[in-house]
Amino acid sequence: MLILTCPNCGVAADETELSAGGEAHLTRYGAGSSDADFETYMFMRKNARGVHFERWRHSYGCGKWFHAARCTTTLEVFGTYPAQTTEPPAELIEKIKQKRPDFEGFSK
Amino acid sequence: MSDAVSVVNGAQFDGAVQVRDAGLVGMVTLRGDLDSQELAKAVKSAIGLTLPDARGVKAGTKGGVAWMSPDELLLFCDYDEADALVAKLDKALAGEHFLAVNGSDARASFTLTGAGVREVIAKGSPADLSPEAFKQGEMRRSRLGQVAVAFWLSAPDTMELVCFRSVGAFVYDWLCVAAAEDTLPEYFNAG
Repeated sequence: MLILTCPNCGVAADETELSAGGEAHLTRYGAGSSDADFETYMFMRKNARGVHFERWRHSYGCGKWFHAARCTTTLEVFGTYPAQTTEPPAELIEKIKQKRPDFEGFSK
Repeated sequence: MSDAVSVVNGAQFDGAVQVRDAGLVGMVTLRGDLDSQELAKAVKSAIGLTLPDARGVKAGTKGGVAWMSPDELLLFCDYDEADALVAKLDKALAGEHFLAVNGSDARASFTLTGAGVREVIAKGSPADLSPEAFKQGEMRRSRLGQVAVAFWLSAPDTMELVCFRSVGAFVYDWLCVAAAEDTLPEYFNAG
């Protein structure tokens, strides 16, 4: 069972209280962008094996979106952070690097 | 005017704990910047309470206030007073970025009384209801079965619960089954 602490209300919320929002920090390409950029935004996901950054919504709780960093193979949760950012906080990256020495850092 | 009636019309069930329809409760949703002085002042003058901390719930003589999310409060008052409360907030917060709406008829309220209230709720909610984790003064928004609910302890053995009215009858039935005699695990009281 995945338990994520919502940074908006502080509740350690069970997976069943949350809604998954897919990969985090996508760059959105809309009207006027190149076909290749739009395709990447629309269809291409990292589908990482290991460290992954995701969007979650505390849908049965405070109703707010937030971000979570977790490992897709072990389900270890590295941390959660607010939604109002375009990349993970540096201290979280540092923490993940300590736990996963081969993690190369966040890239878009 | 038609008579307003609460969702299961005052029904009551006596089992391992008592489940009771709490009747019509005035509930006003207030959204806005919870850090704003004007909003705090408006709430204080409307129901006489200061703003609660995150997840907090407070009750006073004129009503109650609960923290719903970082930009939302739920104000409790008498059912008949809700429209007046909205008008009061509209007046006090004129010019601010906010929303106040009377949601009384959108919700159903239940009161559970008895030593096993934590265990009844814990049967259907993933929230940690142990006495160490869930204390009086906190309102937990979570789910019960598959529907969204919010609950808080108004006394050590009294749990107040609100849900959407559309699922009110279901929640009442659910609570009655969960509160059936001799079905509580007595997990929280065992230690």
